Amino acid sequence: METLAGTNVRVNEEGYLLDFSEWNREVGEQIAQAEGITMTPRHWEVIEWLQDQVKADKALSIRGIKKSGVLDIKEFYALFPGGPLKISTKIAGVPKPKSCI
Amino acid sequence: MSKTKVKKMLFILSKATIENVYAAFIMANGARMEGIEAEIFFTFFGLEAIQKKKMNGLHVATVGNPAMHIPTMVGGLPGMEALATKMMKKEMEKLDMPPVDEFLEILSASGVKLWACKLAVDMFHLKEKDLIDDLDGILTIGDFYNQADQEGTQMLFI
Repeated sequence: METLAGTNVRVNEEGYLLDFSEWNREVGEQIAQAEGITMTPRHWEVIEWLQDQVKADKALSIRGIKKSGVLDIKEFYALFPGGPLKISTKIAGVPKPKSCI
Repeated sequence: MSKTKVKKMLFILSKATIENVYAAFIMANGARMEGIEAEIFFTFFGLEAIQKKKMNGLHVATVGNPAMHIPTMVGGLPGMEALATKMMKKEMEKLDMPPVDEFLEILSASGVKLWACKLAVDMFHLKEKDLIDDLDGILTIGDFYNQADQEGTQMLFI
């Protein structure tokens, strides 16, 4: 089993948390750093929204971001460049979205 | 910047049947979601997908498409294309696939460059006002090749 460097937090082979209960902001911060992202309050707002969506059992997609009312797609790409949904969900400690859109 | 070997995907969309248009859109969006640059060059019938008046009325092809499992003669009957298209759109909506106009907005906001082919625009007597507002410009094929002039670029004709 793999763990996040220097912690006991269990992750899968792609680096996504296996158990959300092991997530906290420090864990998120560490994943963000590895992805080259400096977290700001705005980043955390988006992360919390993503976590709420997952808790509410709503599938995450880029169309869902457009309809969210929380942020638009342009800002999403600006906050998490290089694959926004893939990277933000990793930081949020939630599973990688399986949708093709 | 993407960590993959593919850095940029260029799509040439020459058809306006729903299955082809969505193939290009899904692959372009998917590229951006992986951190890969993406551009679409709309040429010939592909231009229908970026014409304000036509883009939400695209059809699936029921004739000459053996995978539809409709006899060709039946596929050619009036209303068959509309019926098959309606059924397909219903399935697509279930999967949360956006309609063409909304999909183009998503692509543009995601940083996908959308180009119209100059030759085809001239041939079909189209004006810039006939095309979507999110269009990045009208290019010659030479201009489009210039967009491909970097390491790790792949080009796909649909």
